[in-house]
Amino acid sequence: MNSSHTFLSTPPFIESLIKKKILGKLMIVLLAAVVVWRMGTALVENPSLFLQQVINGLQLGFVYALIALGYTMVYGIVRLINFAHGDVFMVGAFMSFYAISRLQLHTWPSKLFPNMNATLSVGIGSITVVILSMIVCALMAITIERVAYKPLRGAARISALITAIGVSFFLEYFGALPFVFSANYITYKRPFDVTTWVANGEGIQALAKGSEVPANSVIFSNIAVLIIVASITLMVLLQYIVTRTKIGKAMRAVAYDKQTAQLMGINVNMVISITFAIGAALAGAAGMLYAIAFPQVVFWMGIIPGLKSFVAAVLGGIGSIPGALVGALIMGQAETLSAAYISTPMRDAIAFSILIIVLLVRPTGIFGEASREKA
Amino acid sequence: MFKKIDRNKLVFFGGLIGFFLVIQVLQLMGIVTSFLSTILSMGTVLAIVSLGLNLIYGFNGQFSLGQWGFYAIGAYSAADITYRWSNNQDTSALMVLLFSVVLVGGAIMILYRTLSRLRGLDALSAFVVYLLATFGFVFLAVKIGGALTPAMNAVLGALPTWLSFTIVYILAVLIAGLVAAEISFLFGLPVLTLGSDYFGIATLGFSIIVKVLLDNSDTLLGFEEMKGARGMIGIPKVDDWGWFAVFAFFMLVVVVTRNLLHSSFGRAIISVREDEIAAKAMGIDVGFYKTLTFVIGSLFAGLAGGLYAHVNAFLHPDTFNFIRSFDPLIVVVLGGLGSMTGTIFASYAYLLVVEWLLRQILPPGFENWRFVVFPVILLIMMLLKPNGLFGNFEMPFLRQLLPPLKKKPAAESAAAPQEAAQ
Repeated sequence: MNSSHTFLSTPPFIESLIKKKILGKLMIVLLAAVVVWRMGTALVENPSLFLQQVINGLQLGFVYALIALGYTMVYGIVRLINFAHGDVFMVGAFMSFYAISRLQLHTWPSKLFPNMNATLSVGIGSITVVILSMIVCALMAITIERVAYKPLRGAARISALITAIGVSFFLEYFGALPFVFSANYITYKRPFDVTTWVANGEGIQALAKGSEVPANSVIFSNIAVLIIVASITLMVLLQYIVTRTKIGKAMRAVAYDKQTAQLMGINVNMVISITFAIGAALAGAAGMLYAIAFPQVVFWMGIIPGLKSFVAAVLGGIGSIPGALVGALIMGQAETLSAAYISTPMRDAIAFSILIIVLLVRPTGIFGEASREKA
Repeated sequence: MFKKIDRNKLVFFGGLIGFFLVIQVLQLMGIVTSFLSTILSMGTVLAIVSLGLNLIYGFNGQFSLGQWGFYAIGAYSAADITYRWSNNQDTSALMVLLFSVVLVGGAIMILYRTLSRLRGLDALSAFVVYLLATFGFVFLAVKIGGALTPAMNAVLGALPTWLSFTIVYILAVLIAGLVAAEISFLFGLPVLTLGSDYFGIATLGFSIIVKVLLDNSDTLLGFEEMKGARGMIGIPKVDDWGWFAVFAFFMLVVVVTRNLLHSSFGRAIISVREDEIAAKAMGIDVGFYKTLTFVIGSLFAGLAGGLYAHVNAFLHPDTFNFIRSFDPLIVVVLGGLGSMTGTIFASYAYLLVVEWLLRQILPPGFENWRFVVFPVILLIMMLLKPNGLFGNFEMPFLRQLLPPLKKKPAAESAAAPQEAAQ
């Protein structure tokens, strides 16, 4: 070593502290401790309120999970942040709105078979509406993919990202035109009536309309049940498609290595289109579920849920399907719990702070695999 | 007798000054309406922001969506300084921010030198050290600035109004840039360790956090005059020479960026974009250059924010929401990544097309179609020219002129590759 550069020698115990990354860990642990303490006191003080928030968070989280799956699948296969996905979600919500309010599509079983059980007929009708909006969204996503993303597949990734932003603008502002969806808030008519149940120490009973919620109890409605059941069903279906079917195998192959997949005789373009279609179908279903939970539709309704779900996908490790679910559940809980216990206007900021902190601890998300070296 | 002036330099500066004068004359003649000249000012501001992003993304390869957040920080801090001065003759914001910027900046520089000697210090621990230092020095600055405010009030109050306002305005814009730069250093230090897309998402998160904070600036942050989501009014508008100030800052930014890129720093910055691992192998401190570029890019964003606040004289958090944060990205990609010429051209073109041309072209009753037509134009542009309008083209003055390769005699040819590497 050159004698003119005399380095200050670090004491060995400080060196060992540095090697253990002590300060950064300390900060993370401190932050986590504050959050756990806050949640813990909230749970002890008023357990029913806390449980109520958790249920609300679950309801939100499962909707986010459905949207996040579309982001994560598309990213996994073409490495594109599909910013138009949130607007596909919006179109799904609008499609179900038109199907229900204008076409009365959800009443077809009761019209055809007047003697049918009321619950069953509403169920079948609603499923028809969901399937309709899923199909419309899937077709739209295939069109978008063919028109806007496919010609740019050879170009730099950023070009496709810019067209994705362009498509997102287009869907929003085209939807805002007065003869398309209009720029107003529109009240969404649910295909079924809301039933609320009260759960407390005495068991679960239906809550009569207009009556007060008894103290120390948790309420949940058929909407929450519907959302959780529907999204778990769709996710199981997706998991089946991805892991058990031929097209799922092809998807995984294309995600792993596009060129080799092509050499093995897989039609890469078709697989990518189908991935977009599946993601969009899930978003369409999520659109209807979201509109049922928060009965209002407007042309920009897709922006914030789209962004949150995208964050959820990143949080769980983008490209990973279980990661999307876990990330979305965390986002849902973060949103409701921070709104309830920390600060309502800051809930978006807190959700993003969680994202940044998680990324600092695990740079590729919770379930993300370490990125491969670029070839 | 005179040193020979470089022709490219002459063409460039002559062109810029000529452009400025032509606009000035057209304004006097009334051909350029005040609407158009506002668009030109906004275009210049957008050009400064986008040059910053082009430095970060185009030249250093860090996909950042946080530029708009730093722009917001710059806008609000400059606006707060001039608001307090012109409405209350109060320099407290100026003094506190000035001392914070100076003290924190000095502390960061000293700490950076000290901490870089500690081998194996991870970014998060370093971040904690910087954060604690920042809190300490900001607290100190609040005390010192508060104590010196009455003296400064008296000094500035004694000067003629136009002079004192000019001083406050220029200082406000500079401080706005430095505030943004220092916050970007603190934020960038841990976050720059993330991979490219994850870095983009984290910076997008930063923009959104800033926007949420601005929405609640009167309640949570305690700045009454910012009025939260209602929008900040009462910012003095710099009308008569505002366009000149904006243009002067713009030229400064262009020259600084150009000189930075033509220096050895610039070559290191570009090498990080091309291949991080190879750059590391060549002995380039990748982390330092990433941080440096991010800080300089955010400095430009902060400056632009300070200018924007006084062009528009009204700030609303919705201006800084994340949808708009794609504006500089669109400009940079449309102009061509890593092309300053393209960025400058595209930022004017973007505003002229969106705000002026589409309003002129579309028949009355079709105003809502602006943002339906614009994405279609964007899509067609991207499909026709995926590398942007200008691609790698650069104006001669901005282009980096490498010295011509000399033909070596055969005996020296073995030494040539080494020289090329240097």
